[in-house]
Formats: sequence, structure tokens, C-alpha cells
Amino acid sequence: METAGRFLWKIMPICLFVLAWEIAARSGILATAKLFPPFSSVLSETFALLKSGVMTQSLLGTLARVLAGLCLGAFSGIAAGIVLGWWAPVGRSLSPVISILYPIPALGWLPLLMVWIGMNELLPMAIIAIASFFPVCYNTATGVRNVDQGMIRAAHILGASDIRTLFGVVLPVAAPYIFAGLRLSSGMAWRTAIAAEMVAVPTGVGALLMKAESLVRVDIIMSCLVVLSVMCLLFESAFAFMERKVSGEWRSSVPH
Amino acid sequence: MSRIELSGVNSRKCRDLNLRIGDGELFVVVGPTGAGKTTLLDVIAGIVEYSGDVLIDGINVNRFPPRKRGVGYLFQDLALFPHLTVAANIAFGLRAQRCDKDTVTKRPLYLMELMRIAHLSERYPHTLSGGEKKRVALARSLAPSPRILLLDEPTSSLDPRTAEYLSGELHALLKRLGITTVYVTHNLREAEVIADRIAIVSNGAIERVSAPSVPFPLGVATPVGESGIRPDAMESRHGSVTSPSAENRGHARSDPPPRPV
Repeated sequence: METAGRFLWKIMPICLFVLAWEIAARSGILATAKLFPPFSSVLSETFALLKSGVMTQSLLGTLARVLAGLCLGAFSGIAAGIVLGWWAPVGRSLSPVISILYPIPALGWLPLLMVWIGMNELLPMAIIAIASFFPVCYNTATGVRNVDQGMIRAAHILGASDIRTLFGVVLPVAAPYIFAGLRLSSGMAWRTAIAAEMVAVPTGVGALLMKAESLVRVDIIMSCLVVLSVMCLLFESAFAFMERKVSGEWRSSVPH
Repeated sequence: MSRIELSGVNSRKCRDLNLRIGDGELFVVVGPTGAGKTTLLDVIAGIVEYSGDVLIDGINVNRFPPRKRGVGYLFQDLALFPHLTVAANIAFGLRAQRCDKDTVTKRPLYLMELMRIAHLSERYPHTLSGGEKKRVALARSLAPSPRILLLDEPTSSLDPRTAEYLSGELHALLKRLGITTVYVTHNLREAEVIADRIAIVSNGAIERVSAPSVPFPLGVATPVGESGIRPDAMESRHGSVTSPSAENRGHARSDPPPRPV
């Protein structure tokens, strides 16, 4: 009963938002139906695009790029974060470099990568990997660094080697930080993928958005945005679910 | 059981430590906060840098990493692993030392029975009370069968009744196990009840080592707080002891322990 109540509280603002959108679009007070279509039209257009295969194909293309880039960025980010957090001298030496590169917007890398890689399939993957790398790396390093030194000493005294201490104590305790980085990166990966596709490659949801813009099909643009929003939400929820599985039972004792 | 010898040990918070602790002895270190009690334990465990020599069973362990020294350490902050259940915390050291599967399964069960925490085996540390956490941490430090047990304020941050109860239980357990133990506390009264010998530490140096039956003058009792002051020490407050530190040094000795194993 309590869960149903909580769900209702969560879903209610979304319903109100959709209702307000529908009323505003149908009344025509903001713009014509062509420029500001009602939610129902956007929804029916989304289904039509899915049925015809246009959206499915575009979505699968983007999904493949996101998965490839995210995996590359996340794994290298976790590895780099462990190195930075675990070996203090390395961390002290390289942290300033990370601090300089982290604030660069993901799309800021695009011109450079266009020159280096060219306009091909590798470009969106590379830029997604870069965008995913920094949040994961930064959070992993912070998580590893924040593990109580007493626990590390205890593990050593109990007979654990450095490797066992790292994998048996440090990484599990740092898991909430690592997953927070992954959640951030997953959203970042989708946003970057769309931007890269809009500029650099002729396939994917980003490219579909550009085509819809040239045809002034606002309903398709909105369909794409709805689909992207759902995908971002799904990815973040998937990482939140994995985090609960890995550290949910004990994480109430860990500061976030 | 093992002998410990410290010879000319200096570290950041300790100076010129010379000490012999006998086989199976329960050696209690008393002193005020910041006196260097924990550093003494850290030196024996090998987790701080120091100069001088530490010998365990006559073997110089200066070059031994903490995991090779055969010590069990109950930290003041316990340092339980939050992501592991009670049973897994206790089994951690056994797994780390690659003990056989039978030992990894049975020894935690035995220790949980011994500590009367068997009913908590599947719980996580953050769900336990202070006293329960201490028992888990003690069981964890005993699991790999260490030669030496280092206990840092095992009864601190507990309410007085629980602290007294746990102290009594701990004393009985250590007697039963006969393990060489260095026990740090700021409570002189507790030390007098459980110790074979007591060392008073002040400003990083050992002021005095003696049997608990030897009375402590005012200067020794004062830094450990009211609860630690013995009645005879209170008497001496109004008596003739006017220069506590001189008195301490006058009494200082480091005889071999009078304790049977």
C-alpha cells in the first residue's frame, strides 16, 4: 500500500506535465499544432516510427555506439581511478592533469577528434568513451581514496596481500562511488552520442533528429527526445539496480 | 604463545622503548590520551615506521610486513569491513591466508560460539550495537590464530556497565586462550583487575612497569581520569607524594613477569 502511494507521488507530476502539454498544444495558445504538437500526436508518431522501423533502426545504431563507447570509457575510467586512488604518489602526480581535462565539455573534443579520427563510425564511440571516462575515473579515485585506512591496515594484518585488499576490501567499499560515476556517465554517453550523430554520422537518433529538423517535423523531433529521455532513464535505472544488488544491503553505513 | 622484545625503539610518538613481554602474559599499557599507547601496538604490528628492534620469539621482525608477524589487532575504531557479514568478517583472515575450506567454515563458527555472537552471523556491521561490534572485531582478530594479540582500548565507547562486563569476559577469555596480549587502556582500575603487569606510558615513554599489586602514586593515576584512580592513590593525594614523576621513576622496573602461563 505504501509502495503504491509512493509510486503515485512519483507518477503524478509526470501526468500533470503531460496533461498541461496536451491542453496547451490543443488550445493553440502557444503555437500552431505543427510547431507545438500535442503529446498524443507525438506518442502516435513515435509508435508509427517504431512500427515502420525507422526509429528502431536509428535507436539500435545509437544504442550500439553508446554501449561500445560507455564500456570503453567506463572500464578505462575504473582502471585509471583505481591507479589514481590506490597509489598515492601516482594520484598526486596525475590528479592535476585529470582536473584540467575533466571540465572540457565532451563536444569540445569533437573538432579535434574529427581531425584525428575522421568522420566515421569510430568518432561517436571515441567521444562517448571520453565523455564517460572522466566521471567514472574521478568517482572511482575518490571512492578508493576515501576508504578508511584502518580497514586497509586491518586487512593487511589479517594476512591479505595488496591485491586481495584491493579487490576484497577497497573496491567493494568504494562501489557506491563507482556506481555513482557510472550513472553519471550513462546519461552523459547518450547526450554525447546524439550530439556526435547530429554533426558527424548519417545514422542514429541524432541523425534522425537532424532530418526531422530539415523537414520541420516537430512531432518527429519530439518523438526522438521522448525516446532519448526514456533510454537515459533506463540506463540510469539499470546502474542504480546494479548498485543496489552490489552494495544495497550494507551501504546505509557508508557516507554518500 | 610468544615473547615480545622491544629494544631501543623510537618512532614518531614513542621514544626509547625497551620492553620484554613474556609468553602468554597479559601486559596492560595505561596512559592518558596521546601518550603513545597505540603507537606501541602499531610498532609491534609493524604498521608504523620506527627505528630500533622488535623481536618476536627471539626473531627480529623489523623487516617483516604486518601480515607476516603473526599478530591479531583489535583497533580502537574496530575497522570492521562494512560490506561483509559478521561471519565473512571473521573468515576474512582465514581466506586471506588461504586456509583450507574446512577451517574457513568451522573456525568462524567456533569463534562466534565463543564470543556468543552466533545469532549475528548473517548481519552486517552497521546493524550491530557497540558491544556486538567489539566481539565481532575480537573474533576476527583471533580467527587466524595469531601468536600475539594487540587490543587497543577494547572497552572504550561503551557504557560503564557493558564495559565492565566485556572487560571481565575478555579477561576470562584471554586466560583461557593463554595468548600473549598487549592491552591498551586509559582505565587504571580495569588494568589492575586484569593485568599480569602494567606499564605506565606518558609522553611517548614508558614511565614504569610493575605488577598490579604495586600501588600507583598520584601522578600515575591522575592522567587516566577519576574512574581510574585507586583508593590508595586517592589517599596519597593527601599524603606525602609531592613529586609524582620522580616517584614513578623511583619505582620503575621491568622485571620478568611474575605470571604463570
